[in-house]
Amino acid sequence: MTGDDNAAITADGLRKRYGAVQAVDGVSLSVRRGEFFGLLGPNGAGKTTTLEILEGLREPDEGTATLLGERPWPRNPRLLPRIGVQLQASAFFERLTAREQLATFASLYGVGLRRAEEMLARVGLTEFAGTQAEKLSGGQAQRLSIACALVHEPELVFLDEPTTGLDPQARRNLWDLLREINADGRTVVLTTHYLDEAEILCDRVAVMDHGRLLRTGAPAALIRELDAPTRISVPSGALSADEARTRLGKAVEVADDGVSLVLATRSPAPVLALLGERGALHGLEVRGGTLEDVFLHLTGRAFRE
Amino acid sequence: MKAFLSLSRALMVSNFRDRTWLFFTVLFPLMFLLLFGVLFKGGTAAHSTVLQVGPVRVLDSMTPAERAQLGRSLTVKRDDDLADALRRVRDGTDDGALQQSGSGQLLLHFSAGDQTRAATVQALVNAVVQQANQNATGRPPAWSLTTAQVEDRSTKPIQYLTPGLLGWAIATSGTFSAALTLVAWRRKRILRRLRLAPVGLAGVIAAPTAVTLLVALVQTAVFLAVATLPYYGLRLTGDWWLAVPLVLSGSLCFMSIGLLAGSFAKTENAAQSAAQLIVLPMAFLSGAFFPLDFAPGWVRGIAQVMPLHHLATAMQDVLSRGKGVDAALPTIGGLLAVAVVLCAVSLRLFRWDDA
Repeated sequence: MTGDDNAAITADGLRKRYGAVQAVDGVSLSVRRGEFFGLLGPNGAGKTTTLEILEGLREPDEGTATLLGERPWPRNPRLLPRIGVQLQASAFFERLTAREQLATFASLYGVGLRRAEEMLARVGLTEFAGTQAEKLSGGQAQRLSIACALVHEPELVFLDEPTTGLDPQARRNLWDLLREINADGRTVVLTTHYLDEAEILCDRVAVMDHGRLLRTGAPAALIRELDAPTRISVPSGALSADEARTRLGKAVEVADDGVSLVLATRSPAPVLALLGERGALHGLEVRGGTLEDVFLHLTGRAFRE
Repeated sequence: MKAFLSLSRALMVSNFRDRTWLFFTVLFPLMFLLLFGVLFKGGTAAHSTVLQVGPVRVLDSMTPAERAQLGRSLTVKRDDDLADALRRVRDGTDDGALQQSGSGQLLLHFSAGDQTRAATVQALVNAVVQQANQNATGRPPAWSLTTAQVEDRSTKPIQYLTPGLLGWAIATSGTFSAALTLVAWRRKRILRRLRLAPVGLAGVIAAPTAVTLLVALVQTAVFLAVATLPYYGLRLTGDWWLAVPLVLSGSLCFMSIGLLAGSFAKTENAAQSAAQLIVLPMAFLSGAFFPLDFAPGWVRGIAQVMPLHHLATAMQDVLSRGKGVDAALPTIGGLLAVAVVLCAVSLRLFRWDDA
């Protein structure tokens, strides 16, 4: 047992092999209580297996995991009521309404029906309480499955790609909900393919590939660490590409696609000064590196699966 | 316990909203009973009806005891309109019309349309007349015949149809529910979700079991209610309540078969096919649809190892043959033994997850 009372999750040297595939290859991480933690990685990176080991669904070949001071494996009935796991939206009882699903899960945890009603309101599904789960939209189903994971007020919540397949409105809507959950003081562990989402929501992220953690840290810190060039763009025509090249020299990469003039550089000050001098700041856009750049830098651009 | 109850309730609601499920577990077998019951009904009718036209002393002077005795084979109805009575005999509604013509003359009208019915009604009425003649002599008869019924070994259709089809219905719902519920729950990741909740494996398996047992009892009640309607005429004898433990142990046995099939099946379709492949041949080879009295020896041999055969036979014994606990107990024991063994195997094979 680790003595760190402040840790929601401590994993030390987790390894798991399936046949010839080393799915998880020495993962160590720690998540503080109250933290919003993202686990990122391409398909097949070992995220799911890592989560399953943490949740207590699988036994690691090597290494130990500790959640809230308890061992998740073998199945630990003391720990189960304290964690909430949101699986894919399909993990519902057939032909049961939203309200009935929640009530069923609530009573599995010995939680009253009133709490189920509250949860339904919390995820904004009160008006769909009588709708069978199969007939809910993608976003509604995701919200219901999150409600099912939260109905017993767990201290630690695992969310597995909760926004996959949602339209932008539903995604934003769900982000608000996830932030609220975290603001309640719950620790949230999230996996996602959307790096903008991770960047916006997570306090810290871990990027994983080939069963290993490549980098862990706050999104902003990882982006800074990458030292990606700043991309400055203005509408084409305000300044010609040739002039930009002669005036700014080799430190600036210049491209003009007829719509925008894009200037990529690690020292943006002279570029902005030039544009200001030319009165070309109308429609100016400045973009630094993103978590996506970090991700692609760490995991490469090759196709997966 | 609470978890078990809420899972059972969830499953119950989910099942009852599934029209296909309702149809195949409750209505479909019942339709067979209704249909077969009608189809095979005619076979054993040996009952005649005679219309009495006007006063007929032979009949009118009968004591109530004699009348009751006669009622077993002959129903006498009054129809004082001769023309109407003859029409009813002619079109086969009734078997004969009897009138008294003169002081000692009786006239029986019958139709030759159905030779058997014609002969039966003539013999019956003749017997009544002979009895009356005998009584008229005022002397005890030189010879008298008393009849003693032996145990009726031949089976009337409703007697084997009810337990056979009920057994088949229970086998179907038991095997299918156990096989399908767990496979569907596994596929939909409900099992995985339940594993993450503070619910034991016992609770997870107990819920579909309880629901299936409840369904089996409902099926039994409906079947017996229909079969004992006067139209179908099943008479419950003796310890017919033994059908309840028989049905429950049979249901457990078939669920264990389904559980085993469900442990191997990866998809709902595979589970469904496996269950059907088990239940349908078993139903035929067990004599659920027709008696095996005339089946070849090897078929009867196979029937001996079919749980459904033993269930159907034992139910026949307790429902309509007046047998008691000693007929039911060995079968209950056997069914439960099969259930325990197969359950143990299934639990070893049980997986919470696909992968």
